[in-house]
Amino acid sequence: MKILVCISHVPDTTSKINFVDDYKTFDNQGVQFVINPNDEFGLTRAMWFKEKQNATVDVINVGLSNTETTLRKALAIGADRAIRIDSEPYDGFFVAKQITNYINSNPYDLIIAGRESIDYNGGMVPGLIAGFSKINFVTNCTSLEIDNNQATIEREIDGGKEILNCNLPLIIGGQKGLVEESDLRIPNMRGIMQARQKPLDVVPCSNQDLRTNSIKFHKPEPRQEVKLVSSDEIDQLIDLLHNEAKVL
Amino acid sequence: MSVLAYIESSQGKIKKNAFEIVSYSSALAKKLNVDCNILTFNTNNNSELKKYGADKIIKISNTELDNFDARITANVTSQVAKSINANCVVLSSSVNSRYMAPLLAVELDAGYLSNVVELPSNLNPFTVKRTSFTNKAFCDSTINSNVKLIGLSSNAYGIKENEGKGLEEDFNPILLDKNISVKSTEKVSGKISIADADIVVSGGRGLKGPENWSLIEDLAETLGAATACSKPVSDMGWRPHSEHVGQTGKPVATNLYIAIGISGAIQHLAGINSSKIKVVINNDPEAPFFKAADYGVVGDAFQVVPILNEKLKAFKAQNS
Ligand SMILES: Cc1cc2nc3c(=O)[nH]c(=O)nc-3n(C[C@H](O)[C@H](O)[C@H](O)COP(=O)(O)OP(=O)(O)OC[C@H]3O[C@@H](n4cnc5c(N)ncnc54)[C@H](O)[C@@H]3O)c2cc1C
Ligand SMILES: Nc1ncnc2c1ncn2[C@@H]1O[C@H](COP(=O)(O)O)[C@@H](O)[C@H]1O
Repeated sequence: MKILVCISHVPDTTSKINFVDDYKTFDNQGVQFVINPNDEFGLTRAMWFKEKQNATVDVINVGLSNTETTLRKALAIGADRAIRIDSEPYDGFFVAKQITNYINSNPYDLIIAGRESIDYNGGMVPGLIAGFSKINFVTNCTSLEIDNNQATIEREIDGGKEILNCNLPLIIGGQKGLVEESDLRIPNMRGIMQARQKPLDVVPCSNQDLRTNSIKFHKPEPRQEVKLVSSDEIDQLIDLLHNEAKVL
Repeated sequence: MSVLAYIESSQGKIKKNAFEIVSYSSALAKKLNVDCNILTFNTNNNSELKKYGADKIIKISNTELDNFDARITANVTSQVAKSINANCVVLSSSVNSRYMAPLLAVELDAGYLSNVVELPSNLNPFTVKRTSFTNKAFCDSTINSNVKLIGLSSNAYGIKENEGKGLEEDFNPILLDKNISVKSTEKVSGKISIADADIVVSGGRGLKGPENWSLIEDLAETLGAATACSKPVSDMGWRPHSEHVGQTGKPVATNLYIAIGISGAIQHLAGINSSKIKVVINNDPEAPFFKAADYGVVGDAFQVVPILNEKLKAFKAQNS
């Protein structure tokens, strides 16, 4: 089984979000970048398929050379090969088109992406790839088993879950549940050393068909100071929620 | 040209978030000076939709569509959108709508933006505001294609009445074959889901253990609220993963979010920040959540929450 994991290179979850260039560009000064958490769950599940079912695991990113540290980390966790499509990831549509072009000439049985990236929050790249390439697609995946070209998937739905079956090839949007938090791997020294020897192919980007454009960022308005209510005067809290906030 | 709103229903009943989608779509249609069309699947009664500004309700009745299949629903929606020459299609941020949206974008060759929070500030270029960086920022974004697909963030626009012609029409779609089969569906019965709730009561590690969760559940029951938890609480197995909210869990955008024994870590706040009113109950006055909340009680949850619950019961009895 050939697996491709789509890796988005995102600011660490604790990062302060600031902008430069008149609020047009994200300020990456002092920001640490990591594998998007949803992609890390997927990559860890892919490692399980590698170890238990003899799968090969490639990772792909659409990004400039600064994302190679993140791809190397994926290699150190255990991926066999990395591919970087050399371009700014302009929007979800662009990223999905680039990855689709790649998989059209290099087919995979299973493509694992994240439900959502924590920086752009598009929730669209895996679905767009599925739409372009006409392969089966399930998102919000919380469990994935593959047996003889057949996938069994658990998908989170509003207020519950469902179990689905379909054939490969398949692309999923993964999230927590795919593996447990405790299954996540921190690369060890041996992994890091091996990662240096593994192939990281840089592929030129194809066309530049952009559908959307981020033109300017804003930070949320500074909030009002919290109103504290004494624990002996809980009535006052109810009164505020009813009369002031109007949520009761 | 026209606007098309995709809304959801379950067992014939229109879901609550549909009214916000219709409110937004009809206001958008007025702004563009075109008709607002609403697509319904197997609904029993559409009269309430008309209050929020429906020019035409396009009804599909086909029991094969009772079980949601993202690819088939996207294809059907695109048949409808093409038949009315829709140039803007609006849908919600529910799990199913977000699943279907990118497939629909490909069918319609549309530019798609999710997490949109406002009507367009400009029509040429078509510019809307969306959240990004998991609610830590907003971004003005343009859609440059002819057909535009808008995913509206929950509770961002609100429910607003509007005028509409109120026509109804049937539509008979052609259905694709299924590629994915549903083996089983499991709904937590009798409980309100986080996505559908107006109020969410959430507990953190401060509650010490799963045996104390009746505190959260009782308060939620009084308020008709959904229950949620912080990440470590679900990691430790005190509560199911489906209750984990935050950056790596479910997003919460309710009217009222009550956080009990939750410190307010940045990853937690990122996921719940777009809730309108936040209340925190924590015994540590230095807990970061106090900087992000509207109302706070510094106190021991084991004392404060039962009192709050009793008083809320009395309040509810009086005001109902
Ligand atoms: C990559 C990454 C992603 C993450 N994603 C998420 C996420 O999506 N969601 C999430 O929630 N977290 C997430 N986290 C974890 C986050 O950083 C915090 O560790 C977590 O939110 C803390 O949970 P907590 O507030 O329940 O526990 P704690 O931080 O331990 O806080 C417990 C609080 O309870 C209070 N308390 C104790 N006793 C009482 C009492 N008797 N009465 C009242 N209050 C009391 C304490 O004062 C304290 O403030 C993520 C972390 C990482 C690294
Ligand atoms: N630049 C990128 N390169 C590779 N994969 C990406 C990129 N951006 C997003 N993805 C994948 O698509 C998923 C959803 O991203 P998004 O549509 O931005 O929310 C991520 O979790 C990744 O798996």
